[in-house]
Amino acid sequence: MNTQSYLDMDLLRFTTAGSVDDGKSTLIGRLLYDSKSIFEDQLQAVEAASKKKGEEQVNLALLTDGLKAEREQGITIDVAYRYFATPKRKFIIADTPGHIQYTRNMVTGASTANLAIILVDARKGILEQTCRHSFIASLLQIPHIVYCINKMDLVEYKESVFEKIKKELELFTAKLDVKDFRYIPISALNGDNVVERSENMDWYQGPTLMYLLENIHISSDYNLIDARFPVQYVIRPQTKEYHDFRGYAGRMAGGIMRVGDEVQILPSGFTSKIKTIQTMHEDLTEAYTPMSVVLTLEDEIDISRGDMIVRKNNTPEQTQDIDAMICWFNEKPLQVNGKYALKHTTKDVRTVVKEVKYKMNINTLHRNEEDKEIKANDIARIKLRTTAPLFIDKYHRNRNTGSFILIDEGTNETVAAGMII
Amino acid sequence: MSGYHLTHLRELEAESIYVLREVAAQFENPALLFSGGKDSIVCFHLARKAFFPARVPFTLVHIDTGHNFSETIQFRDELAKKHQVNLLIGSVQQSIDEGKVTEEKGYNASRNALQTVTLLETIEKNKFDACIGGARRDEEKARAKERFFSHRDEFGQWDPKNQRPELWNLFNGKKNMGEHFRVFPISNWTEMDVWQYIKLENIEIPSLYFSHEREVFNRDGVWYAYSTIMMLKPNEKVEKKTVRFRTIGDLTCTGAVLSDAKTIEDIIQEVAASRITERGSRIDDKRSEAAMEERKKQGYF
Ligand SMILES: Nc1nc2c(ncn2[C@@H]2O[C@H](COP(=O)(O)OP(=O)(O)O)[C@@H](O)[C@H]2O)c(=O)[nH]1
Repeated sequence: MNTQSYLDMDLLRFTTAGSVDDGKSTLIGRLLYDSKSIFEDQLQAVEAASKKKGEEQVNLALLTDGLKAEREQGITIDVAYRYFATPKRKFIIADTPGHIQYTRNMVTGASTANLAIILVDARKGILEQTCRHSFIASLLQIPHIVYCINKMDLVEYKESVFEKIKKELELFTAKLDVKDFRYIPISALNGDNVVERSENMDWYQGPTLMYLLENIHISSDYNLIDARFPVQYVIRPQTKEYHDFRGYAGRMAGGIMRVGDEVQILPSGFTSKIKTIQTMHEDLTEAYTPMSVVLTLEDEIDISRGDMIVRKNNTPEQTQDIDAMICWFNEKPLQVNGKYALKHTTKDVRTVVKEVKYKMNINTLHRNEEDKEIKANDIARIKLRTTAPLFIDKYHRNRNTGSFILIDEGTNETVAAGMII
Repeated sequence: MSGYHLTHLRELEAESIYVLREVAAQFENPALLFSGGKDSIVCFHLARKAFFPARVPFTLVHIDTGHNFSETIQFRDELAKKHQVNLLIGSVQQSIDEGKVTEEKGYNASRNALQTVTLLETIEKNKFDACIGGARRDEEKARAKERFFSHRDEFGQWDPKNQRPELWNLFNGKKNMGEHFRVFPISNWTEMDVWQYIKLENIEIPSLYFSHEREVFNRDGVWYAYSTIMMLKPNEKVEKKTVRFRTIGDLTCTGAVLSDAKTIEDIIQEVAASRITERGSRIDDKRSEAAMEERKKQGYF
């Protein structure tokens, strides 16, 4: 292990979606196994479990299931996170179930992902769920979508099968709001084109899945244009050494900020200049997304959590009226005119639901303007009014300043995820 | 724009610092559960970075089973003193003396399970509304689904089936009276990340992690530190070996590995070559396939 190259690695977060039996668990097991991320004791446990179930081959799918209830039911029902690394990158997999009743779990896993893997069974081609998973990835603005046409071994590794599915997918993805689509023919079970190139598909010239994961360009996935610094916590040591120190702690939610930049504070509108950008070990000359830093300003201004520091000539929209797509999470349906707590960046406000514009049929992408009863796992377009202005960007432009969650004030549960339009 | 791209360790660090600041902002009386092991040491280091130049705004809480390595205790006390943080100790021995829990008997007796009672009592008595822990999702299957902000009911229990969805960087710490949260800032780190970070940041860790000579005995293929609280079976004999510990828990349930690793770099090489998970050397997880999940539901770390 070379320590220096480890320190140079970057991080790719991806989700995997697929319906039961598409081979998702097998694929993840294969990635972990072939990248040597499985330890002997884990493998032994899986071997033992496979034997107990009377299976002949070691079932790699067993590596990836978590809780006992799920083991017993034989399905995944939450979001489980897995980790592996190659010499190039570290990976975080958000492993989510694909059934429609778990839309909310897919949305959760997708919210932080750079890339989505969507499995398609080569024998079945595009199904309703393929459209659904693609739509969710697009709605959550995952920058890269990789379609893995799986079980190629069951269609004699035929190019024509792959090409036909790929053409159909291309027609469909043209309608989606994502720029980067990839298509790879694989057999998760046998390992073809997962980590090793397939000898059975010499007609395929593209990269293996692992090559793609290791090399796909992700450094432009963050918004580095619009400087946004939601103040998270005010640091006032009140010690002798730092008697008058007042620092604003937070994580860059967009863009780049440099010492000397003229900034504006929202909502007060006061302006100042960035005096220092600090971390414990060193002062920096600039900070960019997604760094956590402490800013100090030239002027003494009253700033608290929930305020936002931005560049003077590039400010977000300030509004109490929010247009958004939401995914509803809770068993209790959304209440029109209902009041909820809302969290946006580091700001907490209350909000009332003004209107449901339509519900999305996420299998057909049809907008239903008649049925406005929004239940768990539904996706809908709504209008909100908040008690205080939010400083927003469109979700499409910035996932950090364009997203929010709704909380039921009675139960404290997170009931919805919102993407600002 | 490739100049504006964080390495994975710095991205993980930024995420953890963000989570720690959310705890300070959203809760009134947060504690950092400190075991003296490398993960909680890294959490504490991250907390220092999160609030510098102010002091860490969390109480350090150590649940002491009375079966800790003396090196751990010494390290803990020095750290609290050096960084001027409030240290609070919950004593399992006291819970035993007060009759709240019963000691296990037999060769594999461990106070591990008893800790949960002392922990929950310490939380209740001191009205901590958030407890920060150093657990990682890569450690164990049941942890893979744990949230950053993990809600606990008024009995301190975890309901894995009814967890709050966690999206983007938006953490919902709202709760009713008597409930609390467990917060895991290094959820997304792996064992290797932790070691590389310790090296990168030059973080001090207890001497137990480095190879040293020690009296040990072998039980079911695992080397244990010999001490007066360990009951030996007739066929077991005490030997001197050069060992180190991969994780630091109780004397009674933490296995040592034969190792010559004297520096962090040596440890990194050893971890990279190892084919056994770190928890593989702890018997507390081996008791049943779903052992961790059961303990977690009841309120374990
Ligand atoms: N022939 C073949 N079978 C596969 C392939 N991938 C997965 N399977 C099988 O399909 C079934 C479902 O796979 P699993 O990974 O459990 O699917 P999941 O429900 O999507 O996680 C299992 O019997 C797998 O062995 C493949 O590439 N080829």
